[in-house]
Amino acid sequence: MFFDMMESLKSALHSIRAHGFRSFLTTLGIIIGVAAVIATVSIIQGLQYTVNQQFEGLGTNSLSVQSYTSLQDRLQGHLSRVTPNDLELISTRVEGIASITPIISPNSGTLNQVRYGSQVTGTQITGSTYTYQDVGRIYMKYGRFLSDTDNTTRRRVVVIGENVRQNLSLPENPVGQFVRIGDEWVKIIGLSEERGQIFGQNQDNYAILPYSTMRTLSGNQRIPDIFIQMTFTDINMMEAIRDRVTLLLRNAHGIKEGKDDDFRVQTSDQLTSTFNNILTTVTIVMGGIVSISLLVGGIGIMNIMLVSVTERTREIGICKAIGAKRHQILMQFLFESLLLCLLGGFVGLVLGYGLGLAASAAIPNFPTAVVPVWAILLAVGFSVFVGLVFGIMPAAKAANLDPIEALRYE
Amino acid sequence: MSLLQINDLSKEYVMGQQILRALDHVTLSIERNDYVAITGTSGSGKSTMLNILGCLDRPTEGNYVLNGKDVSLLNPDELAEIRNREIGFIFQSFNLLTRATALQNVMQPLIYQGVHGKERKRRAIEALDHVNLGNRMDHLPNQLSGGQRQRVAIARALVTKPSILLADEPTGNLDSRTTIEIMKLFDELHKQNQTIIIVTHEPEIANHCLRIVRLEDGHVAEDRSREKA
Ligand SMILES: Nc1ncnc2c1ncn2[C@@H]1O[C@H](COP(=O)(O)OP(=O)(O)OP(=O)(O)O)[C@@H](O)[C@H]1O
Ligand SMILES: [Mg+2]
Repeated sequence: MFFDMMESLKSALHSIRAHGFRSFLTTLGIIIGVAAVIATVSIIQGLQYTVNQQFEGLGTNSLSVQSYTSLQDRLQGHLSRVTPNDLELISTRVEGIASITPIISPNSGTLNQVRYGSQVTGTQITGSTYTYQDVGRIYMKYGRFLSDTDNTTRRRVVVIGENVRQNLSLPENPVGQFVRIGDEWVKIIGLSEERGQIFGQNQDNYAILPYSTMRTLSGNQRIPDIFIQMTFTDINMMEAIRDRVTLLLRNAHGIKEGKDDDFRVQTSDQLTSTFNNILTTVTIVMGGIVSISLLVGGIGIMNIMLVSVTERTREIGICKAIGAKRHQILMQFLFESLLLCLLGGFVGLVLGYGLGLAASAAIPNFPTAVVPVWAILLAVGFSVFVGLVFGIMPAAKAANLDPIEALRYE
Repeated sequence: MSLLQINDLSKEYVMGQQILRALDHVTLSIERNDYVAITGTSGSGKSTMLNILGCLDRPTEGNYVLNGKDVSLLNPDELAEIRNREIGFIFQSFNLLTRATALQNVMQPLIYQGVHGKERKRRAIEALDHVNLGNRMDHLPNQLSGGQRQRVAIARALVTKPSILLADEPTGNLDSRTTIEIMKLFDELHKQNQTIIIVTHEPEIANHCLRIVRLEDGHVAEDRSREKA
């Protein structure tokens, strides 16, 4: 059996080489299909890897609290909130917290413009505390980040991103300059390092105020919806703290037993996995689309193999006349389509990775493409599968030819 | 017991409404080391008979016993095995693999026997030497003359050391000098105890053999043995 396999392999190789250009055209479908899968997967995987690294900044011993509005409520116009009172509650009544970082997101506020002289720019204004530097992974280029006392004494200071500096035509080192946010003058105390773009989204267009300053500037009349990030001293306390926070907030929000929370307490793992879920879905959908092209590639192979069997009817007849058994002919043709598919799979793999690299290099600051082992196995596995499935029919046709009929074939 | 025995054998071809009887109740037995010529006019059923003897085709009726085995009971793979080991078939139209060299063509039946690389090559070279083609091993069929192609086909038939050599018009496309050469080769093989059956319409060739079977419209019209010269 092994002997037969080696011989079939040899003659399959021989025949593929004999029809070099046709073999290439035959495998084009497979090449394109596999290349598309690998390119897609490699880009997404690269992205996933980078995103996971960014989330790692949150640390594993951290929890986040944010409001959650069910779709039903949203349709009815209710919006849930996590309020400064909730923050107060958590920081005073939960034990074992090492740091707590409130983040007022800019989405609902009227504060979204910064002025400098005659220049105005729209930006993301966030209110937070000194611990946000770790959470947001912010590195300073000039000046310093917010300090604890900036918050406790409600200093009118701000840390800005590079994009804001450029838009306002601020000097290279803008520390010490005053800008106007809302109705107040605020002093720039720091400029953070550039982060570039992700998905074409500028990552440097932001301004960070102390949390309490932000509250004052927005006039205290609107109750903001805040995001709370906290770390705790002992990782084993996580479950207890989570339960405690949940209980406190349910009471504070007056949620009756049996009703769902109007907020979410999540670990950073959960945040990451939410994001990863999205990417996984994208991968699967792309994979599905691309599988169809592989299918088409397989049909192409079957087509050419059928033509090849017909073309070589006489040759098959001769082989049978001098003693080739059915399985020997079957194997020869099966190996031929299998090899074609594998060859196509391999070329597609290299091509796809190249495309992924090129694409990720072409988009500035886009993470480098990464090809995971499973994608390689998938591509190879799929090629083998296509080769077998679409090769078996032509091969069986060849194997079942009647010798005398085949010899008479003109 | 005869090496080869056919009993009451018929072969019919169905052509639309018509049924054509290419062989009509033929009974024949051939002994080991026989040297038989099958003759007859064109369309008398010579090739049809040889194809059945060579296990390439199946009779419509009757049975065929080869080496004690009833061939009509065998499945396609068992027939392939017999074609491979028991029979050396030389086709009228050579039937060489066009994309393979002379050597590869001669090695091909050995592949199906599972003979490994070196041994396979050694035996193929031996067979080619036997037909005086040792110096044309790496030529493709279309780089060889008709006589050379025929000799490659003979080498391929001999390389497995078959019990019977079947040849369908082996000299049909050859000039007289090459014909003589090939017949000398057959004589020599016969002396080495080979059983040989040759289909031919040339009387000189037929007279060269020790037994002549003449077919006429699908049945045996004459079967005579000639004394060894
Ligand atoms: N595949 C076929 N289908 C239909 N009829 C066939 C087929 N093969 C052979 N015949 C017919 O059977 C008869 C015998 O043919 P066969 O080839 O055996 O003749 P032959 O004696 O070898 O002739 P020749 O000397 O011309 O080669 C012929 O009448 C031929 O037309
Ligand atoms: Mg004939």
